Amino acid sequence: MAETRITLEQVRHVARLARLQLSSSEEESLRGDMDEMLAYVDKLNELDTTDVPPTAQVGEAGTPMREDDVTNAPVAEEMLANAPSRERNYFKVPKIIE
Amino acid sequence: MPSELNKLTIAEASTLLRKGEITALQLARDCLDRIQAIEPKLNAFITVCEKEALEQAHAADRRLKSNEAPALCGIPLGIKDIYATRGVRTTCASRILGNFVPPFDATVVERLRAAGAVFVGKTNLDEFAMGSSTENSAFGATLNPHDTERVAGGSSGGSAAAVAANECLGSLGTDTGGSIREPASFCGVVGMKPTYSRVSRYGVIAYASSLDQVGPFAKSVRDAAIILRTLAGKDPRDSTCSARAVPDYERALTGDVKGLRIGVPKEYFVEGMQPEVEKSVRAAIKIYESLGAKAVDVSMPHTGYAIAAYYLVATAEASANLARYDGIRYGLRIDAEDHIDLYNLTRAEGFGAEVKRRIMLGTFALSAGYYDAYYLKSQKVRTLIRRDFERAFEKCDLIVTPVAPTTAFKLGEKMNDPLTMYLSDIFTISVNLAGLPGMSIPCGYDEKNLPIGMQLIGPPFSEETIFRAGDAFERAGSFKPRPTAV
Amino acid sequence: MNTEAYEAVIGLEVHTHLLTKSKLFCGCSTTFGAGPNENVCPVCMGMPGVLPVLNRRVVELAIRTGLATHCTIAPHSIFDRKSYFYPDLPKGYQISQYETPICKGGYIDLPSNGDGQPRRVRLTRIHIEEDAGKNIHAAGASLVDFNRSGVPLIEIVSEPDLRSSADAGAYLRQLRAILRYVDASDGKMEEGSFRCDCNVSVRKRGSQEFGTRTEIKNLNSFRFVENAIDHEVARQVEIIEAGGRVLQETHLWDPARNETRPMRSKEYANDYRYFPEPDLPPLIVAPEMVESIRATMPELPADRRARYIRELALTDYEAGVLTADRDVADYFEAAIPGLKNRKSAANWVMTEVLRVVHESGKSIGEAVPPASEIGALLRMIEEQKISLNAAKMAFAAMVKSGKGAEATVAELGLAQVSDEAAIAAACEKIIAAEPAKLAEYRGGRDKLFGFFVGQVMKAMGGKANPKVINDILKQKLAG
Repeated sequence: MAETRITLEQVRHVARLARLQLSSSEEESLRGDMDEMLAYVDKLNELDTTDVPPTAQVGEAGTPMREDDVTNAPVAEEMLANAPSRERNYFKVPKIIE
Repeated sequence: MPSELNKLTIAEASTLLRKGEITALQLARDCLDRIQAIEPKLNAFITVCEKEALEQAHAADRRLKSNEAPALCGIPLGIKDIYATRGVRTTCASRILGNFVPPFDATVVERLRAAGAVFVGKTNLDEFAMGSSTENSAFGATLNPHDTERVAGGSSGGSAAAVAANECLGSLGTDTGGSIREPASFCGVVGMKPTYSRVSRYGVIAYASSLDQVGPFAKSVRDAAIILRTLAGKDPRDSTCSARAVPDYERALTGDVKGLRIGVPKEYFVEGMQPEVEKSVRAAIKIYESLGAKAVDVSMPHTGYAIAAYYLVATAEASANLARYDGIRYGLRIDAEDHIDLYNLTRAEGFGAEVKRRIMLGTFALSAGYYDAYYLKSQKVRTLIRRDFERAFEKCDLIVTPVAPTTAFKLGEKMNDPLTMYLSDIFTISVNLAGLPGMSIPCGYDEKNLPIGMQLIGPPFSEETIFRAGDAFERAGSFKPRPTAV
Repeated sequence: MNTEAYEAVIGLEVHTHLLTKSKLFCGCSTTFGAGPNENVCPVCMGMPGVLPVLNRRVVELAIRTGLATHCTIAPHSIFDRKSYFYPDLPKGYQISQYETPICKGGYIDLPSNGDGQPRRVRLTRIHIEEDAGKNIHAAGASLVDFNRSGVPLIEIVSEPDLRSSADAGAYLRQLRAILRYVDASDGKMEEGSFRCDCNVSVRKRGSQEFGTRTEIKNLNSFRFVENAIDHEVARQVEIIEAGGRVLQETHLWDPARNETRPMRSKEYANDYRYFPEPDLPPLIVAPEMVESIRATMPELPADRRARYIRELALTDYEAGVLTADRDVADYFEAAIPGLKNRKSAANWVMTEVLRVVHESGKSIGEAVPPASEIGALLRMIEEQKISLNAAKMAFAAMVKSGKGAEATVAELGLAQVSDEAAIAAACEKIIAAEPAKLAEYRGGRDKLFGFFVGQVMKAMGGKANPKVINDILKQKLAG
């Protein structure tokens, strides 16, 4: 097998960062897919981009600014309607340990 | 009353509605009947909104009597299930949003509502718009109306198939790397991806924010122009949305392309593409020449790097955009002992394989130690791709290319090979990286009777020129649309 | 343990809410104390498809703070996404500014340590970001309230220029004063609108290198900051003296136990994966915007302090106390017109006025009578219309009643009697009643003079002008 661009351990690390629980077969297949993609994107290194500025956005520069006005009326019930679990007007989650 | 109302174009239906020869209710009923009849074969819709559609049609009929109804009043449309629709389940074809009912409308949905449009339902897509075949849907694949063993394209496959099969008169899609143009090409309809920032993205569930753009599917260029005019324009809720005035696109449809310089990039006619695709597109260019346009050779040397750059930029943005699906405030939750396991399990269960793959790649591309090599590098290559277009547009007014290297492929054909699937977007992806407008219009059929699409690409905000050229091609009449198999 | 051989190296990161009506990226109210999840909308709840739109006032307040701290205002700054998962963070990322903040550089001068030399603390940067919601820990579960989600913050990051907990306290007080001067923040630590993280390391005195630092979070009072730093410095010195190594880790301050402890969560190592926020184009601040904001800047604490020392002949300390709060300084300045003795006015404000303010827990505007009335009261002392003691009594009454100085003095009959005829009559009466004492006095017991003054004052109900009593008595006793 050719040079490996990503190890299983790296796949696990990335999955932890992305909060994805992976089965071991998923870890294996993702390692393969990511390896293939990373090999493919290596072609970008054929291009010398030393003096090329990055393009992050293609719209117009200068973000618009809104006036500091309160335009939203309180609608707690609507905002909570999709909650998977709630207690009174709070979203409920398992106990958080700091 | 004309029969088979669902076969009408928007322009035709609008005239008949205004004359009072048909009603919005009849038109909606006819589309809903068609949906009921053929959905088992197509699966173009995730949610059909019969009750709401009939109510909207009823209201449209009242408004049509007032003589002040906008062009889209009473017109049945399909809405890709990536648009937030107030009170109507919005899933993005994902289990993770399977039960999500937004308390708000996307800006474009609000605009279409205000124009009196009738929403027959929410159309199918690749989960979170990640895909080129609509096979990555938690609600099953959408099939191609021309051949139900083949894909409709993606990610807006449901919207494309629904228009092609006359389930609605027009529809909304989104295009991040070709997600309007490729399914339009596969299904034989018109699909328009406007300039980035031309249409508000507010309420459009984000895949890759710097690439995503809203656009219509329609049966004709004129219909696409009518829909886009209603969608486009400044939105105070989208900071990236342009404040430029919106032209009346329909008035640009003069049929006149004399003197138009049409660029033909050699990098878009490559070995390995289906010969009939190349033949059809080259024939279309000849037609333009016969109409007085001038074909010029252009070169875009960085085209071959577009897919690599795209899959880093898009997945990086996606990895952050999809972080909000955490099971806390809405959507699926898998309960666990602590909040970290809750995230891990919810997201493992809620996302499909392709979404996970892209989140993983994007997270990796942004992670400590890899940012410069992957994410930053791809942004620099994005600059080179933009410059290719800038240089090309010094020599021409529009660029004509194929939309995809092949016609619609078979279901499952590319599902086990992500990279091959990604390569089907080779001709559409650069347009998103450069933020340009691009339209897919049908220009031929292959020997299996599958539609072939041609792509018209213009400089930023050249939608009028693109519509004019597309309409002129339709008027030339050399291409005859064929009925779908379904 | 030889603590003297070490010095602390401290840098502070202060997060402060900005005084805006609406949130950073949406039109929800920022009001503190609303019912749970009342001040929320799809945007600050991170619903699918929503987009941020920047609040202009936030940019203005960030620029005001930047100008007040001598920063460079970036003509072009970028918002970034900072990714991490936490239940109170709705989008899974915080919109912040990373490589290109709105303000860079700058400094804050602290009041001198008595040697007249201001101490300069350099600032690294000031950037704009959104706050997260709040997790409330209940029995067996946590509850999340997103009212605070999207409330605008600026983060002010100092260079590691501080060398003691007292320095840190002085820096925070000065920073808070500046924020209040420019109307950027109310600086209320108890409501969480002014929060501080400390980076602390120690090194051998004289060394130029930095030691390994720890970050202390959860510091919501000045006292906690000072205590936590003292505790952490001692802890690190102890480790090093014992031959150990300080670990780079994050500690939480536990005010109940008066100690720091490492965070024990199973959160994974931070990798925030910053990248430019594609939903917000770059923020462009035109030079005209900066100039129009500069034109509305108030006199800042350091300038005001210098002016008090120079023009009013106050001490470093007095000037520092009076200028620490813009409202107090404004009050002081509104009280002094027409007064000869500014120093005693300063003392009066620092002691009598501020004591009432602190005891009441209210703002100076609410707690004490208007500055003009205090000015009137002080003028009566200068004009010897009332005694110092009488003035204190009048002040206490004014605080309660809200009535003016003149009216209160009249009502309580506190005016001094300077009428010479009345005082002379009283003197004569006392002298006549005490022939024996008079004889003793005239015989050389000068000390009895005080006795006579006391008796006269008593006869006059304590309201006589003591100077007039002195003058008249001297004459009369001399015969």
